[in-house]
Amino acid sequence: MDNYPVLIVVAPLLAALLAGFAAWIEERLSYPIALLGLAVSTFAAFEVLMQVIFFGPIRYEMAGWPPPMGIEYRIDLLNAMVLLIVSGIAFLNLLASYESVNQEIGDRTGSFYSIYCLFVTGLLGVTATGDLFNLYVLIEITSLTSYAMVAMGDRDRGALASLNYVFIGVIGASFYLLGVGYLYIQTGSLNMTDVAIILQDYHGSSTVLTAFVLCMVGVWIKMAFFPLHAWLPNAYSYSPVVFLRVVAPLMTKVMIYVMIRLMITVFGFNYIFKTLNFADAVVILATVAIIFGGVMALAQKNLKKMLAYIIISEIGYMVGGVWMGNQLGMTGAILHILNDALMTFAVFLGVGNIIYQLKDVDFSNLGGLFGKMPWTMAGFVLAAFSIIGIPPTCGFFSKWYLIMGAFEKGAYHFAIALIISSLICAVLFFRVFEICFFPSSSQDNKQKDVHAPGKIEEAPVSMLIVSGFVSLSLIVVGLFSGTIVNMIILPFLT
Amino acid sequence: MTDLLALIVAKYNYWLYVILMMIGLYAMIAKNNLIKKLVGMNIFQTAIILFYISIGYKKNATLPIIENVHGTGGGHIYAIDYINPLPHVLMLTAIVVSVATFGVAMALAVRVYQRYKTLEEDELRMRLSEK
Repeated sequence: MDNYPVLIVVAPLLAALLAGFAAWIEERLSYPIALLGLAVSTFAAFEVLMQVIFFGPIRYEMAGWPPPMGIEYRIDLLNAMVLLIVSGIAFLNLLASYESVNQEIGDRTGSFYSIYCLFVTGLLGVTATGDLFNLYVLIEITSLTSYAMVAMGDRDRGALASLNYVFIGVIGASFYLLGVGYLYIQTGSLNMTDVAIILQDYHGSSTVLTAFVLCMVGVWIKMAFFPLHAWLPNAYSYSPVVFLRVVAPLMTKVMIYVMIRLMITVFGFNYIFKTLNFADAVVILATVAIIFGGVMALAQKNLKKMLAYIIISEIGYMVGGVWMGNQLGMTGAILHILNDALMTFAVFLGVGNIIYQLKDVDFSNLGGLFGKMPWTMAGFVLAAFSIIGIPPTCGFFSKWYLIMGAFEKGAYHFAIALIISSLICAVLFFRVFEICFFPSSSQDNKQKDVHAPGKIEEAPVSMLIVSGFVSLSLIVVGLFSGTIVNMIILPFLT
Repeated sequence: MTDLLALIVAKYNYWLYVILMMIGLYAMIAKNNLIKKLVGMNIFQTAIILFYISIGYKKNATLPIIENVHGTGGGHIYAIDYINPLPHVLMLTAIVVSVATFGVAMALAVRVYQRYKTLEEDELRMRLSEK
């Protein structure tokens, strides 16, 4: 079927609309509608990936208007992979979330599912589109829905965290929009491939330089790259866990994808690494981001906040890998998009199960969890191993490529930061394991008696199955990472 | 000096948008009241909209509505006679986005006010640190 590329994006959009309407008639209807929409989207994304692998990139002209006038969806190996990651994780998360949503959102489940689908639509659109302005609009759809979602979370702090997120988010998107404006002044086009062709003649132009810097700063704000990261920990740790499980793995990763797309397709490596010469500075920033994220994570007393800082550190991995400018670093960064999405998802599935039973994840409440929730903790441990980077889990392989890339480039500080960060992650997670392994001390028991009289049980089966499936996929993806690199990443890069 | 003045006068639209943008950014960073910050945010977005509008403009050009082009006597059509409509159309979308953002942010401000009975940032910070 020729229309799979657009079906990926349209299915969740329709589901968002219908789920919203259905909630007026009967609140229970919205869940199956949302699930169906995302299932269709995942299936279409899978088909598109197969088509792209076997028959090459797809160009889909929206409503039959040929580019550069019309909007075009251009899907090559990189987006096809990211599309499958996004739709797959969103679908699996929804599969696992029915009980969590009922518990956490309560009386507004209809609007929750509607916004959830809209959020996924935004992410998928950002990934699929080949038009610079369309990308901006879809980024804003994603951001607007995530503002609403964050506000649905913590009753005390949610709204304030979300408002601060709005301020930063608007600045980020506006910078990107401004960058697109300068590109438009210089090229008169908004289609990515078209812009790239025209730009080849303007490598010395200061307009292009301005456009490049503005676009990059905008995207960095959106992905929470180191000096621009301040919004992330609060926004993420006060959002409802069902949303956290999808925003933490996907939002930042999709923004990394946008950065790679802008660098490879629009501006081109020749421009960035030959004409401009601040790639080294960005790699140093990435190094600082890795160390900073790790150190801040050490200082946290809440599992959600600790993981939020680990995300900041992981963003440093990918940005550094991309800006290394060699094939190994790039391979590592792209592979890490896949691996990091999966392992962050897996670790937050564990967190979600714990929150479902405990209501919060301060370290002081986690005592004895291995005894009470063995299956959840098994998944959590696998995910943690992958984040630390223990073979054969997938986190090891992308880190390996990144370190090789750093050595090839001579960026030893980056390689050292990667290794230190792995050690910090090991310390962090083994501390969590230690807390979870031993029953809490008497003082904590007293506190626990008040709200949950010692009867923590395992999470619902649907949550456990998804958690187990994703955690096992970490090992499977790890074992097949050679195949993934050879089938998807290397053909894309060469 | 005269060169600089000439540069400023010739490209005054860019200077105007930069000044507006900085006013907005200043309000977002320095103001204490959340609603003032929101207004700053809106000024910031409007500056970018003005920037786009101004890059579509040409001197001595008219609206891009082409008369008689399908009928008789159309004659030749020269792009130089018409201002560029594309940035303007893009900004319709951007205006919708900024209105939506503003709406969401206002709703959030209402939520914050209901919870804490204040919109001043320093008071909010005090309330939060009390707990």
